[in-house]
Amino acid sequence: MKYLILIYTNPATREVWDALPEAQREAGYQAHLAFRESLADSGELIVAEALADPATARRMTTTGGRTSTADGPFAEAKELLAGFYLIECESLERAIEHGSRVPEAEFGLVEVRPILDLHAP
Amino acid sequence: MNPSDSSGSSGVEGLLRALAPQALGALVRRYGGFDTCEDAVQEALLAAAVQWPRDGIPANPKGWLITVASRRRIELWREDSARRRREESAAALTPPDPDPAPAADDTLTLLLLCCHPSLTPTSQVALTLRAVGGLTTGEIARALLVPEATVGQRISRAKQRIKTSGAEFRLPPEAERTARLDAVMEVLYLIFNEGYTASSGPDLSRADLTAEAIRLTRQLRDLLPGHGEAAGLLALMLLTDARRPARTRPDGALIPLAEQDRTRWNADAIAEGVELITRTLATAPIGPYQLQAAIAAVHAEAPRPQDTDWRQILGLYDLLHALAPGPMVTLNRIVATAMVDGPREGLARLTEAESDPALSGHHRLAAVRAHLLELAGDLPAARTCYRLAARRTLSLPERRYLESRASRLTR
Repeated sequence: MKYLILIYTNPATREVWDALPEAQREAGYQAHLAFRESLADSGELIVAEALADPATARRMTTTGGRTSTADGPFAEAKELLAGFYLIECESLERAIEHGSRVPEAEFGLVEVRPILDLHAP
Repeated sequence: MNPSDSSGSSGVEGLLRALAPQALGALVRRYGGFDTCEDAVQEALLAAAVQWPRDGIPANPKGWLITVASRRRIELWREDSARRRREESAAALTPPDPDPAPAADDTLTLLLLCCHPSLTPTSQVALTLRAVGGLTTGEIARALLVPEATVGQRISRAKQRIKTSGAEFRLPPEAERTARLDAVMEVLYLIFNEGYTASSGPDLSRADLTAEAIRLTRQLRDLLPGHGEAAGLLALMLLTDARRPARTRPDGALIPLAEQDRTRWNADAIAEGVELITRTLATAPIGPYQLQAAIAAVHAEAPRPQDTDWRQILGLYDLLHALAPGPMVTLNRIVATAMVDGPREGLARLTEAESDPALSGHHRLAAVRAHLLELAGDLPAARTCYRLAARRTLSLPERRYLESRASRLTR
């Protein structure tokens, strides 16, 4: 089964993160790096990426073949996606066990979603 | 049609797949060190895949593979300079191979090693496909829909695990063998299902996994002629795969068993599966794969859905429930009950089954309830249950199917 581990951010957590001393932020990056390496090592990692700041996002609308874009960030969204890990593992329990190793899980900002199989039951 | 014929797109490919485990077995037997030998054989297979179609198949293809792989193995060994000393001492210690065992034994030993209990199921699948099936890492990655790097990691990690677990290249003692063979059959069934779930259009490489699983299970059955469950698993695969041509619409949408065009079922595969399971049930101790194959055979023998012998199916599910109970057996047994004793009886049993935590909240339970409510004529409740099941399933085609059932009842 494939699972997506989603990491969210919101203005409050962003503030906390920015206020952290450099050493603690470094520890956060290292935790992600170690997590990623252990997933790759066990053959469970498919892809993992961190997303650029929401301010760089473009929201697009296509009407009658014409596309218009608007600049982010989007004030109506309370929480924004900051990054993700796409993994393949044995069970939801195992995926949750992995998700709990994401540092942001401490703040309740991590979500695990099973991937819909496009092929068949 | 022999399903093993469809696994290779050319003669060379089929030949390489058949020779892969034999060459690997010969190499491990001669030099030891499963992990290095497996890498060496993989490289020899890649070389053969390039050279043989161009220069022609050598007179002794197996000998060619073993020679090239042996050479490559020595190179791989030397590349690791820290090992040089060990190589010398190992060479002095390794006795010559006086009496190589027949190739057939090696394939079974390899299968058991690739399905070693220290490995996770995903690793067992990847390693089995490569070391016994002779597929490349890239082919396995495309078949399993994961990146090649991920499969590469799974295989190297699995080989590392086998090494540290101290597992040896020999048949496990008799006492362990039953459990180890169960694991092999589980892996083969997993490979089959991985392929069977992909059925439409561009995903031919996924469908190839089904043929590969059948080919490997056929080998297993040939290696263990008296083993009822190996024969049962092969029959189950043949009978299930026989329905594939009728199982999906051109757009990939699912067609339930009762609505399939039975003339499109593969009659040869059905004949082989029915013959195999009939013979096996009469001679071997019964087991879960045989019972599932027998159920598939009863379905296959009904020319029309209304001809299905549900009483016999219910009896087989009763046996299966006694022998290997599980949530899906419970649900299928309830469906059979409903077909024999009416949908209301099935619905009552479903309410009892709901107390099982493995089933409460499961989309299949909601789907079965919807189906039985529809049969009982309670259409609004059936619609609600179809919608609930559609939201809970993790399969897109199944979700589409359940949604279409729901909207059909709206009209």
